Amino acid sequence: MSGQHSNSEIAVRVRGLEERLIGAGLTSDEQLDAIIGRVSSGSPAHGARVVARAWVDPAFRERLLADGNRGLEELGFSLSSGPQPQRFTVVENTPTRHNVLVCTLCSCYPIALLGPSPSWYKSEAYRARVVREPRAVLAEFGLELPGDTEIVVHDTSAESRHMVLPMRPDDTEGMDEAALAALVTREGLIGTAAA
Amino acid sequence: MTEPRFMAGDRVRTTTVDPPHHTRLPRYARGQVGEVVEVQGTWPLADERAQGLPDARVEPVYTVRFAAEDLWGPPGGHWVQVELWESYLEVVA
Repeated sequence: MSGQHSNSEIAVRVRGLEERLIGAGLTSDEQLDAIIGRVSSGSPAHGARVVARAWVDPAFRERLLADGNRGLEELGFSLSSGPQPQRFTVVENTPTRHNVLVCTLCSCYPIALLGPSPSWYKSEAYRARVVREPRAVLAEFGLELPGDTEIVVHDTSAESRHMVLPMRPDDTEGMDEAALAALVTREGLIGTAAA
Repeated sequence: MTEPRFMAGDRVRTTTVDPPHHTRLPRYARGQVGEVVEVQGTWPLADERAQGLPDARVEPVYTVRFAAEDLWGPPGGHWVQVELWESYLEVVA
């Protein structure tokens, strides 16, 4: 939490910055703690739970795709706790369409649901290249898509946040929801992996 | 509530203005023609919020789809969807 940094050089510098911002009246320890709490509560496992439920419950899947915020709330998650509620949408992969997420301007990401984004998601290389040559970038991640698959790159440039709903892998008919959730990776939720 | 000027299916052109302040219109998508996919809702204009203006204009935000070939030239073959405030968009004559 803010004010409780270990005694490393970077922590001292971070605390110095926090104190300057608080002193200038721009924020408070309480506000910083609330943000850190929101970020810390997110996890890719939460997204995986949402995906697994959508795989086993067609009615939930429909509701989730129609209104991502309401779908999250059914499972006890929310992106509405921040300074301004974020609209949440789930984009569905199909046999003919693959979705991949980016924020070319910075690093917008559904942090309160999924936790901090991976470092590559924030890298200039990923942000610059995935809008221009997604097929090549996905191949570098090990995802080779059929030539006729339509690719949609979603640039998170405003106040919405997104998550990809991967296709359910083959030969998983006998699996329960928990086992299915274990198949879902953070890359699958961003669209740089199949699941 | 601002009544949205555009609806899904409309073709729109993004402005070429290069403002001296923060904006959320990515440079690669400026001066490009795309198609409105969805009206997302309304939000305070990021450009004005970033300047600390007390009453930032509240505007519709649209999901706009661009063909990769229009943005980058051949070979294209994919779509890029960008989320844009109404101020960034003009009618395509």
